[in-house]
Amino acid sequence: MSVPVLQFDSVTISYRRRARWLPAVRDLSFAIAAGEAYGMVGESGCGKSTAALAAMRFLPRNARLEDGRIDLLGRDLWALPPAELRRLRGERVSMVYQNPAGALNPSLTVGAQVAEVFRHHRGLDRRSADEAAVDMLARMRIADPARVAGLYPFQVSGGMQQRAVIAMALATEPDLLVLDEPTTALDATVQAEILDLFAELRRTRSTALLFISHNLDVVRRICDRIGILYAGELVEEGDAARVLARPRHPYSAALAACLPRPGQRKGGRRLATLSGTPPDPADLPGGCAFAPRCPSARPDCNAAAPALAPAGPGRLVRCPYPLDGPDPHVSPGPAAAERPGRSEPLLSLRGLGHRIGKVDILRRIDMEIHSGETFALVGESGSGKTTLARVVAGLAAPDTGGVTLDGVPLAGHARRRTADQRRAVQMVFQTPDTTLNPSRRVASIVGRAVRVLGGRRGRERRERVAELLGMVRLPAPVASSRPGRLSGGQRQRVAIARAFAGTPRLVILDEPTSALDASVQAAVLNLLLDLQAEGGAAYLFISHDLGVVRYVADRVAVMYLGELVEVGPTERVFAGPHHPYTAVLLAAAPGADAALRPVEGKAAGPSERPAGCAFHGRCPHALDRCTVEEPPWRPTAGGHAIRCWIAPDRLAPAHEPPRPRRADGAS
Amino acid sequence: MPTPRDLARRNGTLVAGLVLVGLWIATALAAPWIAPHPPDRIDLLAVLQPPSAGHWFGTDQLGRDVLSRVLHGGATVLAIAPAATLLGLALGTAVGLAAACAGRRADEAVMRVLDAVMAFPVVVLAMLVLAFLGAGTGNVILIVALVFAPLVARTVRAAALAEVRKEYVQAARLRGEGIFYVMTMEILPNVRGPLAVEGTVRLGYAVFTSATLGFLGLGVQPPSPDWGLMVSENQGLLTTAPWTILFPALAIALVVAGLGLAADGIKEILDP
Repeated sequence: MSVPVLQFDSVTISYRRRARWLPAVRDLSFAIAAGEAYGMVGESGCGKSTAALAAMRFLPRNARLEDGRIDLLGRDLWALPPAELRRLRGERVSMVYQNPAGALNPSLTVGAQVAEVFRHHRGLDRRSADEAAVDMLARMRIADPARVAGLYPFQVSGGMQQRAVIAMALATEPDLLVLDEPTTALDATVQAEILDLFAELRRTRSTALLFISHNLDVVRRICDRIGILYAGELVEEGDAARVLARPRHPYSAALAACLPRPGQRKGGRRLATLSGTPPDPADLPGGCAFAPRCPSARPDCNAAAPALAPAGPGRLVRCPYPLDGPDPHVSPGPAAAERPGRSEPLLSLRGLGHRIGKVDILRRIDMEIHSGETFALVGESGSGKTTLARVVAGLAAPDTGGVTLDGVPLAGHARRRTADQRRAVQMVFQTPDTTLNPSRRVASIVGRAVRVLGGRRGRERRERVAELLGMVRLPAPVASSRPGRLSGGQRQRVAIARAFAGTPRLVILDEPTSALDASVQAAVLNLLLDLQAEGGAAYLFISHDLGVVRYVADRVAVMYLGELVEVGPTERVFAGPHHPYTAVLLAAAPGADAALRPVEGKAAGPSERPAGCAFHGRCPHALDRCTVEEPPWRPTAGGHAIRCWIAPDRLAPAHEPPRPRRADGAS
Repeated sequence: MPTPRDLARRNGTLVAGLVLVGLWIATALAAPWIAPHPPDRIDLLAVLQPPSAGHWFGTDQLGRDVLSRVLHGGATVLAIAPAATLLGLALGTAVGLAAACAGRRADEAVMRVLDAVMAFPVVVLAMLVLAFLGAGTGNVILIVALVFAPLVARTVRAAALAEVRKEYVQAARLRGEGIFYVMTMEILPNVRGPLAVEGTVRLGYAVFTSATLGFLGLGVQPPSPDWGLMVSENQGLLTTAPWTILFPALAIALVVAGLGLAADGIKEILDP
């Protein structure tokens, strides 16, 4: 066997915190061969990014290599003289980060930045470097690369920016490409294109990849092998598809089980959750680091730390009691009962429109939400989902049409609504970092909502706050903390408690879990479903994660450029026939098969809305008529309707549901 | 939270600044007891004496002891500066918060008015106020506060605008909270950092501005011992008796420097 491109040999890396050195990566060994893609997965704080930085010897100043050695192309990284280290980093290894905008210089054109790499590292003269840059952009499958090369970073989309960054990374023809969550900041459709690009690069060149992600589906699509990291240790390693299909370590199993599976509905099985958080490196448990959270822990797990042991071909597991097949322990709890939501509509939107300047952000939206149902809104970013939520909440006023609650028109601004109406419609926001006032304590944040929305004071108020914190499963001492001391999941729970302070009838959930780790997401989704089962609130659930939507929603609406294009019961929308745009979304889900992916195309912005059907420019089935006349709503069956000129029975009946390869044996 | 001792160890700038300012405050308070002579005792037999054992800082053209006047002169400046700064901070914070919370059109209007006020030279503004209200300590405070308020308002508005867009403010609006509640209970606590830095920086400028007003004869009236006034009274003697100007000027400089150091130290704590 030839020399691996990257090899970690018993590597321990520590960070200094208050004069103590605490290990973030512990005794980590793995190797990546030429042309191999290695995925590294784990919750936040498990040492993934530290390992990625160490692979280039880019550790921050308060970190140090404690023990072990890292070989890059057979050379000990920590023994290299600075000049050689620089050359190695520049020419043999490249790194792509999560945020493409931060990696590009805003004052240089995209082409100039790619060309600079060719000039600097490959010694090309100006003209041939420019040509090479355009050539490279073309290989990134950028349409019209010569034009894009002349644009500045802010003039191109996020996906295009990330492609330019990847073009720069590949310009030196590196032997190793380190990718730290390269698609996390991107829309699902753009993410799908970038992932295809990686898959193609793997076929056409022998670049090795170290791929860091918390998204298991993405890793499964790209990687040959996968390493699962917990508390800085490798707990399982092996063939990516096999590890994810049949995890042997309880932690891997728990991670895989946290994601909703196709066909799993809230009425059926609850999402598996993983309580707690990874241990702080300051107080690692004595035995197995995962034992305190492990559903199948035994008494002796706390006694001695287990070693990484072979378990089958190419498989390593750090657990003395590896699972065989799916873990029976990780499907806890009775499932929430499914609610039929047929009654008078609770909320209805008629001909709703919202514009900013002359641009239609929302256009002629008609929809109804019934008591107790979960109505999901999906679409790419820029489709108007959040604006719709803000209009319903009373944070933005509609310009045409209106919103009614129980048939009574709602004022455009929350302040002009009645106290009862404000209590009835509340919202949970997307960003855990800013959803709570950082300078107030949890008790005061929730207490204010209890007083204003619930009308309780004094002792009653304190009791209600305690009750709400209990409802969202937060320990009582949290009440006296400020938000800065809480984790993202805990903050989102406080925000949920705040929204439920006055017994709401409709709660708007704007991507409530998109900023959370998968394990925390599952716990928050379960909580929301429990609260709904107890209190009967309806949810307007906004998400770009189709797997989550399919699990929680009763009905789904698909939005494109501020208009609804498809509405129906969840199972019908996912089963098809699909609106051509819905088909694009479904195929773009990271679990879907690349072969099913329809033509690509950049979403038009709302300011450049085409005439006729807004989607016709990206639609593979577009007719002449679609370019001039707006399409009609056509019902299919069971309350499912599609807004398209093509008859439903001639639309593609169904792709495989998202994440088809997930269905292997485990469910 | 770091203890005060931790801060002292890590933040030498802050400690140096606070010690310097503290010394001057102590001096001003203790002046009646530690000054060797009464500050306004005229001694026509000992005019314009250079520094000596009897008069460490020399005497001015009326034979008054410069050291005693410098020691006493701190009191006016050190009372005017914090009072003016507090008033300026209060006015500026109210305007800045209101501008940030009130909506785009009101915000534009307020900011243009502030630009106009800031375009006014300090001295012209001072003349204007004095023409209407007369000279005196209270009016110096008012002038300095009026000069500072627009600057504070800008800082507060910028910090508040960043907060107004955050989701916790939207949550408050969803509850139907009034603008006054949002301003004072939600946003104000989160602009404390920039406000504290602005306050210490302004304090230094307040010493400077009130000394300038004293120098121009717009503030405290003679024969009160005031540093700015002392520099002004003796400006003709710069070449013949420089000590009459040097020591009050040095006093102003040291207080401003101390406040500047303290401001830097606080900034370091708030955003390291």
